[in-house]
Amino acid sequence: MRYISNTPAQQKEMLGAIGVSSVEDLLVRVPTKARLSRPLNLPDALAETDLIRHLRDLAGRNASADDHACFLGGGSYDHTIPSPINHLILRGEFFTAYTPYQPEASQGTLRSIYEYQSMIAELTGMDVANASLYDGASSLAEAALMAHAVTGRNGIVLSSSVNPLHRQVVETYCEGPDLKLRSVPQADGVTDLDALRKAVSSTTAAVVLQYPNFFGCLEDIATAAEITHAAEALLIVSADPVNLGVLTPPGALGADIVVGEGQSLGVPLSFGGPNLGVFAAKQELVRRMPGRLVGATVDLDGRRGFVLTLQTREQHIRREKATSNICTNVALCALMATIYLAIMGKQGLRTVGELSLAKAHYAATEFSKVPGVRLRFPAPFFKEFTLQLPKSPERVVKRLMKEKILGGLPLKTLDRRYRDCLLVAVTEKRTREEIDRYSRALAAAVA
Amino acid sequence: MRSARASYDKVIFELSSPGRFACSLPACDVPESDPAALLPKAYLREMPPELPEVSEVDVIRHYSRLSQMNYGVDTHFYPLGSCTMKYNPKINEDMARLAGFLRLHPLAPEAASQGALALMHELARDLAEISGMDEVTLQPAAGAQGELCGVLMIRAYHLARGERRHKVLIPDSAHGTNPASTALAGYGVVQLKSGESGEVDLEDLTRHLDEDVAAFMITQPNTLGLFEARIHQITEMCHAKGVQVYMDGANLNAILGITRPGDLGFDVCHFNLHKTFTTPHGGGGPGAGPVGIKSHLAPFLPVPVVAKDADSYRLDWSRPQSIGKLQAFWGNFGMLVRAYTYIRTMGPNGLRSVSENAVLNANYVLKRLEADYDRSAPGPCMHECVLSARRQKRLGVSATDIAKRLLDLGFYAPSVYFPLIVEEALMIEPTETESKETLDAFCDAMIQIAREAESDPQLVRDAPVTTPVRRLDQTLAARQPELRWKASGR
Amino acid sequence: MSNVPADLRYTREHEWAKVDGDRARVGITAFAQEQLGDVVFVELPKVGARVTAMQGFGVVESVKAVSDLFAPLSGEVVEVNGELAKKPEVVNADPYGQGWMIVIKCADLKQLDGLLSAVDYEKLIAAAAH
Repeated sequence: MRYISNTPAQQKEMLGAIGVSSVEDLLVRVPTKARLSRPLNLPDALAETDLIRHLRDLAGRNASADDHACFLGGGSYDHTIPSPINHLILRGEFFTAYTPYQPEASQGTLRSIYEYQSMIAELTGMDVANASLYDGASSLAEAALMAHAVTGRNGIVLSSSVNPLHRQVVETYCEGPDLKLRSVPQADGVTDLDALRKAVSSTTAAVVLQYPNFFGCLEDIATAAEITHAAEALLIVSADPVNLGVLTPPGALGADIVVGEGQSLGVPLSFGGPNLGVFAAKQELVRRMPGRLVGATVDLDGRRGFVLTLQTREQHIRREKATSNICTNVALCALMATIYLAIMGKQGLRTVGELSLAKAHYAATEFSKVPGVRLRFPAPFFKEFTLQLPKSPERVVKRLMKEKILGGLPLKTLDRRYRDCLLVAVTEKRTREEIDRYSRALAAAVA
Repeated sequence: MRSARASYDKVIFELSSPGRFACSLPACDVPESDPAALLPKAYLREMPPELPEVSEVDVIRHYSRLSQMNYGVDTHFYPLGSCTMKYNPKINEDMARLAGFLRLHPLAPEAASQGALALMHELARDLAEISGMDEVTLQPAAGAQGELCGVLMIRAYHLARGERRHKVLIPDSAHGTNPASTALAGYGVVQLKSGESGEVDLEDLTRHLDEDVAAFMITQPNTLGLFEARIHQITEMCHAKGVQVYMDGANLNAILGITRPGDLGFDVCHFNLHKTFTTPHGGGGPGAGPVGIKSHLAPFLPVPVVAKDADSYRLDWSRPQSIGKLQAFWGNFGMLVRAYTYIRTMGPNGLRSVSENAVLNANYVLKRLEADYDRSAPGPCMHECVLSARRQKRLGVSATDIAKRLLDLGFYAPSVYFPLIVEEALMIEPTETESKETLDAFCDAMIQIAREAESDPQLVRDAPVTTPVRRLDQTLAARQPELRWKASGR
Repeated sequence: MSNVPADLRYTREHEWAKVDGDRARVGITAFAQEQLGDVVFVELPKVGARVTAMQGFGVVESVKAVSDLFAPLSGEVVEVNGELAKKPEVVNADPYGQGWMIVIKCADLKQLDGLLSAVDYEKLIAAAAH
């Protein structure tokens, strides 16, 4: 067994030193009645070449974005992942390190998290960001819980244009604390602000919007902020950070807490996980924030160093009174994002956004030329849009697959009202050639 | 004494030079590329974000230097109790990076994701067999989220039976996530006293067990590294009052192929794939926290469930009593691939050997150190041992000091001050992937420190001195939190 | 030696109360701040808040621990020490003086009988030290 270092001779030596004759003697506390009397019923161990063959076979049965032009979005996007990221995160000192509880031996991780926090705060227009949570959906849920704790109120008002998968997670997290969720309808692809005004009251802890929203449309965050703050509630905005190189950040529009799915920042698609939960807030909320925080300080010699700080909020000290139960976060994904943002930099991130914007609009224009196909909503959109199709979107997607195109997300399973709609995302990776090919295939599919 | 290589004090922003870039993006190949022509002005950011402007060389050099300031399992023995810092196999990384896995979108049509769904289904089945449970959900993103998932399922179970229970019993030896997750699920936490060896105090349990208790959560083996031998009696006592029993699976590395939670009477257990199943810790995640259940809890599993029909797989969303969702998609798939690869590499005999060697290694360390450090309990331990630095504390050397001195001697420290019920606790989990030579070197170092505590305690208290930084001012960091880099700063 | 001023009353949770007419000034004891370590943050109620004897009125945080603060007496908070927000370290340096936390206008002075004298509090912390 190549991962077990001790030879039978060494095992014998160790048993002798302990003063027992076999490992069985060390298991005396386990009652016989509890002992498994047979080997585990699992496939036998595979030698490495067989293992690789088996896994390649499994991997080969999936339509990867390497072989297919990926126009899928809905919370996970095929953005560029620059090559240095993989090389750097595979350095053993990064990926086999533990949580930095012994800071003197973890300055690499701590320093990179500090950089991550800085970059996310900057992108979102907020004062402070944490070291990451599991994913965008659970970040959103944690934000709702935090708003409840801060305001003492029970009501969470959620726009129905927030990603339905994220909304489901918020519902699940709100069960325990028994928070009351209220949905606000959308009109023409964006949150109905009049309905929002009526829904917000003195029992509202937070209002939740997504920017751009699930349908790809841009919301009027500033007005939503006015409505929310007039009721002394907190505005939570869920935003894809990769878009914030171009878009006005939610912090500048009045958000109190910004969350989001950070997968677009250099984290692979990987069938939906692991992801990167972004969480940022205003300064006055910092002590109520869930998750880890890294802060700068000095050592005994006055040298700059970094530590986990404000830890008394966390479960290992506060236990049942902790701001949350989070222990593990997604440090390695946060590191990917940090390196991504360092590589893209000021100008590169802007370019990613501008290219995605331009190509998405080109695609929307071209696709709308196909008879029977139209943009479902008139609202401005960024890199994702909703198409209304004259034929079943599931069938269209199947036809597009034959052309090696992952055409988008049919919306029927997530929301029956949009069963004739397809959610299409276009990133900087999609070429004009791919978009034109899609157009032609779409035309054939709906003819 | 400090390695020159280790002395690097830059933050990426400080390497910035206007106009430098590291990325390579194509020119725009579509006609309209001006954002102002495509979006209303109000949506457009006036100033680009203040991100670094560095070259690719800067990036590689900076992050490589940063990595050199870390201790990882790849470079150091890492005896962190309860974390199972075992070797992370590199084949796992290769398999997780196969394009068919890495580059698969979660919302791709199910017919085009059959390999991924098959892997998930098989992994769930393997974990069910390993734990003696009936079904497994792979959705929770980490152990703590697994705990929340499990407790929410228990809650749903009671509600479905028309019962509203309000309390969960948790021993004082438990990991902090246990009460935190329980509180998040809306329950009141009742803390039970543990016995001297961290075992359940049956009298205290009896006193508190009633029909308002929804669940009893314990770690098995317990957080002192000891197997709770009366577990059948405990689970029976609980079930007699309709109380569900939850096993925190953090210590599963002790019992693979030896015993199984499902056979001990547990109703729910979670797995920490980043502990037992070698997925890398990554500096603090991502992890994965699948949850195993007995069939009476199956209706409450989070959606979607990976289902198999004859030869094909699908995501089953029609679960009306489901507790809902914990993360947006289906689970930390990348970590699931790694765990699956590991289980296929080891096979049933290999997994059994893992636990046997984990137990052997921990007992060897215990034997070598028991003369110099106080044991926390008599008899053999399982995969980890808890020592107390009580004696050293009387000489002015605390568990923290010992941990810091170990860093100088080339080892990562054990867990300290956990469990809370042991004074000056040092929790040592060597894992099965370490050799006798490494264990001997570690024990030699621990014994050396015990000697130093007697002859030169200040030396220990001054540690570490060879790391890139010495002890850091935690008070300053908490009183004046500086959580982001500012252009004018430092 | 133990720092337990004779003219104060004490709770079992290590708060002190200095009574003057119907007002009680409240803080934490020298023993408490020593146990906590460096205080990094103090969360206090607003002026006008009502507090109840032996129920929490705030939180004191150090780097490694958090403790709830318990009101020795019931009443209304009429003064709050604003200095502590900027300089929490004052709690360590001068727990009975500048480190005071709140002043309560007491509803029922008979509640003083439920508090410990300096002598009794000294016995309490002497026992705790073992």
